[in-house]
Amino acid sequence: MPQLLLELLSEEIPARMQAQAAKDLERMARERLAAEGLLPEALKTFAGSRRLTLVAEGLPEAQKDRHEEVKGPRSNAPEQALDGFLRKTGLKKSDLTERDGIWYANVHKPGRPTPQIVAEMIEAIVRGFPWPKSMTSGVSKLKWVRPLRRILCVFDGHVVPFQIDGLSSGNVTEGHRFMGSGQPFSVKDFDAYAEKLEKHFVVLDPEERKDRILDAAKTLCFARNLELVEDQGLLDEVAGLVEWPIPVMGDMDPVFLDLPAEVIRTSMRVHQRYFAVRDPKTGKLAPHFVTVANIDATDGGKTIALGNAKVLSARLSDARFFWTEDRKTTLEARLEKLKGVTFHAKLGAMYERVERLEMIAGAMAPRVGADVAKAVQAARLAKSDLTTGVVGEFPELQGIMGGYYATAEGLGPLVAEAIREHYRPAGPADEVPDRPVSMAVALAEKLDTLVGFYAIGEKPTGSRDPFALRRAALGVIRIVLASELRLPLREVVADWYRSLRCFVDPGRALWVSTPKLTAHLGARGRAKSQEFSVYLREFDEALLDGVPQVVAMDREVDLEFDRLEREKPEGEILFEFRRYDEVVEEVVAFFADRLEVWLRDRGQRHDLVAAIFALGDDDLVRIVARVSALDAFLKTEDGTNLLAGYKRAVNILKAEEKRGALPSGLPARMGASSPEELALIVAVGDLDAKLDAAVDAENFVGAMQLLSKLRAPVDAFFDKVLVNSDVSDERDNRLRLLVRVRDAMGQVADFSQVTG
Amino acid sequence: MPIKPLSFQGLILKLHDYWSRQGCAILQPYDVEIGAGTLSPMTVLRTLGPRPWKAAYVQPSRRPADGRYGENPNRLRQHHQYQVILKPNPENLQELYLGCLEAIGIDPKVHDIRFVEDDWENPTVGAWGLGWEVWCDGMEITQYTYFQQVGGLDVFPVAGELTIGLERLSLYLQDVDNVYDLQFNDEFTYGDIYLANEQQFSSFELEVADVDTAKRQFEDMEREVPRILAMKGRQGQSLALPAYDHVLKASHLFNIMDARGAIAVAERQSYIGRIRDLCKMCAESWVTDEGVN
Repeated sequence: MPQLLLELLSEEIPARMQAQAAKDLERMARERLAAEGLLPEALKTFAGSRRLTLVAEGLPEAQKDRHEEVKGPRSNAPEQALDGFLRKTGLKKSDLTERDGIWYANVHKPGRPTPQIVAEMIEAIVRGFPWPKSMTSGVSKLKWVRPLRRILCVFDGHVVPFQIDGLSSGNVTEGHRFMGSGQPFSVKDFDAYAEKLEKHFVVLDPEERKDRILDAAKTLCFARNLELVEDQGLLDEVAGLVEWPIPVMGDMDPVFLDLPAEVIRTSMRVHQRYFAVRDPKTGKLAPHFVTVANIDATDGGKTIALGNAKVLSARLSDARFFWTEDRKTTLEARLEKLKGVTFHAKLGAMYERVERLEMIAGAMAPRVGADVAKAVQAARLAKSDLTTGVVGEFPELQGIMGGYYATAEGLGPLVAEAIREHYRPAGPADEVPDRPVSMAVALAEKLDTLVGFYAIGEKPTGSRDPFALRRAALGVIRIVLASELRLPLREVVADWYRSLRCFVDPGRALWVSTPKLTAHLGARGRAKSQEFSVYLREFDEALLDGVPQVVAMDREVDLEFDRLEREKPEGEILFEFRRYDEVVEEVVAFFADRLEVWLRDRGQRHDLVAAIFALGDDDLVRIVARVSALDAFLKTEDGTNLLAGYKRAVNILKAEEKRGALPSGLPARMGASSPEELALIVAVGDLDAKLDAAVDAENFVGAMQLLSKLRAPVDAFFDKVLVNSDVSDERDNRLRLLVRVRDAMGQVADFSQVTG
Repeated sequence: MPIKPLSFQGLILKLHDYWSRQGCAILQPYDVEIGAGTLSPMTVLRTLGPRPWKAAYVQPSRRPADGRYGENPNRLRQHHQYQVILKPNPENLQELYLGCLEAIGIDPKVHDIRFVEDDWENPTVGAWGLGWEVWCDGMEITQYTYFQQVGGLDVFPVAGELTIGLERLSLYLQDVDNVYDLQFNDEFTYGDIYLANEQQFSSFELEVADVDTAKRQFEDMEREVPRILAMKGRQGQSLALPAYDHVLKASHLFNIMDARGAIAVAERQSYIGRIRDLCKMCAESWVTDEGVN
């Protein structure tokens, strides 16, 4: 059966867009072919720096004829409507059938030749291609990622003729930009295409390019007793930059080896797209690199190796200059500069963020078992490297460089490590910090981001999450769960509000008004925080009970409480934050949402998270323990049946509630009670107290075992006892019993949120 | 590479010769202080409107904040850009560009030439385009851009722009590490000619320039642009060209204030926005006239 071959040859396509472009081309072609009833036996696409290629095997030569029933006007519609329909379909009235008062036409659509459909399809694909960014060039209005130069389109050995904005299709393409003959050549099918490309120094398949790069690069290393530092992301990118990949090894001046390894690797990878090379004996970087050239140079690559070495040397000289200069200023001395670096217009400067981090990390330290002084010190210095030359040059080394500078200053390994790791985990594959000081600072960093943006109303919506709050929440979840930290989330959000004190400076005050009082905290009060500790506690309470604002002050105050109602501060409002009670519930709900996603990604049951969060629990470790105990319980027969019994009880109670308030009090043993009713009263009797004890002891498996004892009496109760008795005392008593069952179970989870 | 590498001036002459043969008008540098070849009215204004345009020129490009008193081997407060602008961009612009590399002795069968994604943007003139940085053996030697917008206006026909940093390319061709050691020609080194300028202007721009004066002049320029644009020339045309000179001056004054450390982080965006607004006014005025022509 015929084959379709398409090549879109353009100027260089950005490497990062190629893989997606191949997927998009495949998807669009499949959808359009399917819509036309043309199903290829196989369809494959390839992307490279200059071409997008598609080959579809086993397409029919033409579409099959199609019969379609077309709905016409109502049979009682005016004559003109029917005439119009007949004209449109080209039929006579006698060809129509009438059904349910509507005319239908059976239209025969002759199948069209495949090339005709292909021509339309390609034009639509080219015009609607979802490039992340596209452009026009010259006098053409056609948009493509970079100028589109040729379209090769061959079906069954013949050109499919069409034009898109003056660009005509053909059966001709060209080879490598420099190594090819420079002459275009024609092809009749995919095999000839791939073969001729190879002859003209183009490797079509990106996977093949990657294999060749890796093989050749490893061989180069092996020959010199070295080892390639493999890097999949870099390999993907480099394979998108070249059509004829030839790895070349270059040398680096060994004096640069005293730079931090991350600096060398970042310079190689990010700026130059080189692979680093290590010495297998020491595991350390070796003074060489591998670059992947796009040509097999006539001098064997000598010029390329020398030229690249020179560029790297210039880059590393810069880095070394900064590395030396940076160490002349301490991290502490750099804090002043952070006053001039904006974190976010509504959250102040980086300096204020640092002050919040100190306070939050200080509050966090005892919870994670960290030395408070060390956690505070590390938090204070964690952002200082943003003002260093190396981080200015290599922003991706933030944190890592801070760790090096801290070590160079002799700040001690725990502080240096906490600075180095405070952005972690940076992504799903990144490790989480697990030493107490590091955890305190890393948690503070994420929580300040998360709560801060919620407090100014910048929440993620849909696919928009510009401040990466989802990643921050996930980071907290991973750190907390990995080390089983007990972190009450509501308390942590309160810590953030207390850290708003960072805004208190000469000339401004932190101001809050609550129904009970109005309070100002000025710079003098902040300075005297020891003496004022009692009042500050009261101030902190107020912060959680009003709308905190930072206001300009033309007089200096310490701490002023005003019991009279004052609705507005005197000075201009510089910053304003949302109320704690709104923000805290949103943040906890956000964590619930993220925890569900996290559990789902790990293949665990996630729909139970809501059932536990609904109880008001805000301790992630305990929530996960409850979720897994509940999960295990619901997998047992007892669990499934009890859940069914619970739902039945709740439905009955809901129906009753609609009629009026449920009877209060405890169920009693009544003379008329059936044995099943009495058995359930007994079973539920002291269950409350036992469940309480189990939950308090965080023995959730035990709590589930207790619940499982309810299953038999509940089943028997529903089996034998009619709740809706004619005798109102009996009915009320049974309703009281069901309320007890519901409430007892509700101590363990909100079963109404459990599906299935 | 030839036995004897091209001198700095030899490089310029080869480029002039090559682009002249492609039909470009070889222009003299624009005589107002400019931060980059792109900012010359010969690019910014001429790429707007429907008329074809082909030009090549060297533009001394002043960046006061980069001044290093002549003490750094490759940082300069004034370097030279070779600028080629072709509108509409010919279909074979990439081939023409590669031809220009061969003309200056860069053989693409020996050197590794790559087109690496780089989306160019200049917020000061409200311009952006798509293209690449061109790498030669890992070194960026050219910014290659298809202009999509200038002064906030769509560029159509699209113009192709090539910007070559001459000092950097020359360092590479001559295999020299210090810019002041470059042979300018057989008689002079680059340092013989420009070292004094670097030393004196660095001191001036980083220390001596008076911030208040610069600020006042900036505000003067800012007032002048709309005033000039409100006037008409003798033949009834707008005065976009002289107005645009004032934008360039404002831009240079901003750069001087910046070099003196007088622009706070928070003010920066606002200054850039003010210059962009002025530039946009000139662009719109120019296009209105061009459309009539």
